[in-house]
Amino acid sequence: MIGLSSYLVLAALVFSIGLFGVLTRRNAVGILLGIELMLNAVNINLVAFARFHGDLTGLIFTLFTIAITVVEVAVGLAIVIAIFRVRRTVDADRLDLLRG
Amino acid sequence: MDLSLLLPLLVPAMPFAAFLILAIVPPIRRTGRGAGALSIAAIAVSFVAAVIVWHSGFIGEQTWGWIPADGGPIATVGVMVDPISNAMLVLVTLVSLLVQIYSLAYLGDERPGALGRYYTYQSLFVFSMLGLVLAPGFLQMFVFWELVGLCSYLLIGFWYDRPAAARAAVKAFWITKLGDLGFIIGIVLLWSATGTFEFSELFERAAANTLAVPGLAVIMFLIYLGAVGKSAQFPLHVWLPDAMEGPTPVSALIHAATMVTAGVFLVTRAEPLFALVPEVMAVIAWVGAFTALLAATMACVEGDIKRVLAYSTVSQLGYMMAAAGAGATPAGFLHLLTHGLFKALLFLAAGAVIHAVGTNDMFRMGGLFRAMPHTAIVFLIGTLALAGVPPLAGFYSKEAILGGVWEAHLTGPFLMLALTALLTAFYMFRAVFLTFFGRAHAGGHPHEAPWLMRGPLWLLAVLTVAAGIRLALSGAEAHEATPGWLPPFSVGLALFGFALALAMYQRGVIDPARVARALAPLDYLARRRYGLDALYAGLYRGFILGFSRLIGWIDRYFVDGILNALTALTLRAGDGLRRMQTGRAQDYVYGVAFGVLLLFVWAQLWRR
Repeated sequence: MIGLSSYLVLAALVFSIGLFGVLTRRNAVGILLGIELMLNAVNINLVAFARFHGDLTGLIFTLFTIAITVVEVAVGLAIVIAIFRVRRTVDADRLDLLRG
Repeated sequence: MDLSLLLPLLVPAMPFAAFLILAIVPPIRRTGRGAGALSIAAIAVSFVAAVIVWHSGFIGEQTWGWIPADGGPIATVGVMVDPISNAMLVLVTLVSLLVQIYSLAYLGDERPGALGRYYTYQSLFVFSMLGLVLAPGFLQMFVFWELVGLCSYLLIGFWYDRPAAARAAVKAFWITKLGDLGFIIGIVLLWSATGTFEFSELFERAAANTLAVPGLAVIMFLIYLGAVGKSAQFPLHVWLPDAMEGPTPVSALIHAATMVTAGVFLVTRAEPLFALVPEVMAVIAWVGAFTALLAATMACVEGDIKRVLAYSTVSQLGYMMAAAGAGATPAGFLHLLTHGLFKALLFLAAGAVIHAVGTNDMFRMGGLFRAMPHTAIVFLIGTLALAGVPPLAGFYSKEAILGGVWEAHLTGPFLMLALTALLTAFYMFRAVFLTFFGRAHAGGHPHEAPWLMRGPLWLLAVLTVAAGIRLALSGAEAHEATPGWLPPFSVGLALFGFALALAMYQRGVIDPARVARALAPLDYLARRRYGLDALYAGLYRGFILGFSRLIGWIDRYFVDGILNALTALTLRAGDGLRRMQTGRAQDYVYGVAFGVLLLFVWAQLWRR
């Protein structure tokens, strides 16, 4: 029997990988992928808790999260494309107009 | 309020109204002569009111709360009318009126704007002086004391485009401030010890012997310091001769008859308090007598006619102070009044001479009797009064002072004052002989002054004689305390001084140069004003300027240095912190993630 903690460790690992991707990827699309990973790590947590507590609320909530994630990716990619049209690049290191 | 106090209130109110109108409405001020007429009309009303108040012998006091506090007002303003202030009211308004009329002619060549300014200051001065005279308490007196000082400064510097006048104005202002510093410290100390500024309350307590204040001698000495500055007592007398840079009518009014006597008035007014501290009284007497002698010696070697009169004023103020210090306050006050009359006369006459000749130097005048007999005669009357020749006003007041000082067993001051009386006659007749007799040196055609100037002169001359005769008629019983040998003695001194001046400057029997050689050290010192001016200048340059430079250095390099360092530090820090803002979203996310991680660690380790 696989315990709750195993799921949580898995979710933490996925979240960390996603965060690492967000922090280190130079490509804007890569950063979006990292964000996806982090969100899905959360989903794993929600599903795991729902399963182990016998409470369906977590599952319903996960469905919402997935839907919103899709929307988020759509908006995020639209922003990336808009940036590319203006700056001819999606390299995150060069998107530093707010530098002090 | 008491309706009978309206009249005494009217006296200072009229010049104040004139001042306000002239100050606020420039078109009136710029008319010059119109401004003068307004000011003269106001002061004339004041004079009439003052004479009525004086004649009725009215006495009363009225105060209004000024600085409110829980247990009744801390300070009050008001009027205090008694014989002393009544006499001063008449003197101040009379001399002011005559001087203002005289000024219309004397300053007739001024631009209308400047003349208007002159009358504005004059009105303010008269108001301030009357407020000082009527003050019922030390605080109000101090306020008006400073106001007359301000007017003195403004009027000495009336010709402010002359560097000498501007310098003299500043000098007068600062040197009197030195004394005023003591004055205000004394007032505040007295207030903190007794809880009141009011004269009437202080005098009541003094009379009831309940004014047991520790250090009263120090307090009264500090208050006396104010009088030292204002009344040009040694060692703060140096400003008065320089104040002669102002127009001559100003010298006559402010620096002879009224403002400089404020110190004597203060001592007279606060006499019940000074009487409690005999040691301070002794200081006042000694300093007064010494001032009288010192100034008289300087007057003997001076060549500038106005400065001779200025030193003479210092000398006579010393006389009054000596009388006050000897406890003979009425004698000192009487001399204040008579001196106010004949010294104003002398100054105005000297002004007429200067107006005619165009120089202040007596050695370039001479033989003016023929050209301006009116002026010469009134000057002679003033001289006789000042020298103390009976039956003119100066004789009785001076004799009363000498008698009072003798009665107080102050032999030292008495001898100094007697010598001063001799010197007074000498230097005044020296001035008369050099100016009006002998060979004529002045070029051009000196002419008699216009009637606008001669009128006030004659009026003052008549008053000097009349006051003397009145004193002669009433003086017999008033001065019975003085020893019988005193009148012949003082007249003898005056005659000896006259004879000396006659021999040296008229007959040529004694060569002045030989006398100067015989008394070489004294001559040397007196001509250099005993080094006091140089001493003050040196102190000013060495001490005050040095101190200012030190303060300036500290300000520039220490205070500003700290601020500069702080600003530089802020700039550096800002510049360094600026680099935190990379503008890259990832760096911010990194910061957020790291911060959340730290929060977790903190929560796990410390927040069990």
